[in-house]
Amino acid sequence: MAKFNSVRLDSDKCMGCINCIKRCPTQAIRVRDRKAYIISDFCIDCGECIRICPHHAKLPVYDPVSVIHDFEYTVALPAPTLYAQFNNLEDTDIVLNALLKMGFDDVFEVSAGAEIVSEVSRKFINAHPEGKPYISTACPSVVRLVRVRFPNLIEHLLPISSPMDVAAIFARRRAMEKTGLPADKIGIIFISPCPAKMTSVKAPIGIGRSEVDAVVAIKDIYPLLLPLMSDSNDNYDIADSGKIGISWSKSGGEASGLLTDNYLAADGIENVIQVLEDLEDEKISHLDFIELNACPGGCVGGTLTVENPYVARAKINHLRKYMPVSKAHDVSDTNAIYLDREIEYLPVFRIGNDMKDSIKKMADIDKLQKRFPGLDCGACGAPTCRALAEDVIMGRATERDCIYFLKDYIGESCNISEK
Amino acid sequence: MNLEFTYTVDPDDFTRAGEASADIKKKLKKMNVPHEAVRKVAIAMYEGEINMVIHANGGIITVFVNEDFITMVLADKGPGIPDVEKAMQEGFSTAPDNIRALGFGAGMGLPNMKKYTDEMKIDTVIGEGTTVTMKVNL
Repeated sequence: MAKFNSVRLDSDKCMGCINCIKRCPTQAIRVRDRKAYIISDFCIDCGECIRICPHHAKLPVYDPVSVIHDFEYTVALPAPTLYAQFNNLEDTDIVLNALLKMGFDDVFEVSAGAEIVSEVSRKFINAHPEGKPYISTACPSVVRLVRVRFPNLIEHLLPISSPMDVAAIFARRRAMEKTGLPADKIGIIFISPCPAKMTSVKAPIGIGRSEVDAVVAIKDIYPLLLPLMSDSNDNYDIADSGKIGISWSKSGGEASGLLTDNYLAADGIENVIQVLEDLEDEKISHLDFIELNACPGGCVGGTLTVENPYVARAKINHLRKYMPVSKAHDVSDTNAIYLDREIEYLPVFRIGNDMKDSIKKMADIDKLQKRFPGLDCGACGAPTCRALAEDVIMGRATERDCIYFLKDYIGESCNISEK
Repeated sequence: MNLEFTYTVDPDDFTRAGEASADIKKKLKKMNVPHEAVRKVAIAMYEGEINMVIHANGGIITVFVNEDFITMVLADKGPGIPDVEKAMQEGFSTAPDNIRALGFGAGMGLPNMKKYTDEMKIDTVIGEGTTVTMKVNL
């Protein structure tokens, strides 16, 4: 499977500072030759580096809005987070009609896909209680994190596609029936709160391929929609989801759609990691469901959004008020929405080829770490002294990348030349 | 080759209990230890660590790793265990109410440590302390 990451470096803007290396939850970034370098295997697409970079040198990867011209017929798949960007929105149809006016031929709400996922998940969990607690697979970063760091928890991942992929399947079916066009003439375009969704389209986990053709940013769509939004009588009735669907945009929304109180919902990547650690150590028990979102507040905290995540959450709460709990969806044919590929553990953080090699390297790393000053200053380009020790033993750096080692080395060199 | 890690467990600090087992888990995951074994070590050691905080004013944990097994030695200078057989029973607990209020002291500590390890030995002397040695085969 091709490795893909949804963040790129703007080398001109990167100052080689230590903000991103310190913030990265998987220690996937190093500063080398004064530029931040991402170790692709370690990256889980959480977007923390994009958030923290003061120079805006970390660029999220997604498609330009002009991608809609690449297809004969296009279907917009708005994430429910899109609705949370607008002030005083009372009716999602205003946004959905604006998408049509913008140039999309059809709209299929991801919140409708979410309601289908909620319904199928409820049935699945009831039918397979032995796998509890189930861990949500909707956030691509969480799935990637589990895959590289929590092998013992892979079996708990809920084997159901994300609302985006489910909406895409149903949207393409509907478009093909409606137009008679072949699949490749139809563009299924997701309007995304985060670049991680780009990764889950380009390098999906658990499914062979995603039905999504392109991923555009909420922040790019937002200014184009604003002038087109009006509450006129000519608007079509498009909205096809209720409280359950749009609540998926915020932390706890997916869990509440399962109609159980026996859940935990955590958001923000560091909190997510803590929950997974505790779950692995069996410190958490008796839960049916664990909802995890890498972004603060849930998808409303994504890096491709416009609105502050907490304000966005309040707007979703306001919008929810007069909505039905859920709309009725045709779930007679849902085989395609189950994950059908095994999710395999990727031991990318492993230091040795075998146990013997690992023991030797671990001993060397421990020994070297004790010789470093322990300031975790980041000047060497690694986030901690421990990480530098590991880099040195793994052949990715040298001891003299540590400025204290370099100082001693220069001192020694001077002494030698004086003599 | 044997790898050795030593941890000091501080007494009466629940917020820090679990740091040693978390660190060992992190290190073992970077090595070629089967992940089921990593989990067993982490769970057994966490239970032991908590016991040292609750009952024994902390102590020292030493972990030995080689190609065939992982050994954890948890040594404390606590009050000792008067009746080891009884202490090993599921649900038996001498934890005070304030500890139970925190969600600990369910009487599953020692039984879980036994359950998740391949060998467990308890050496205890009243008034002098306890040393629990646990082994997980690889």
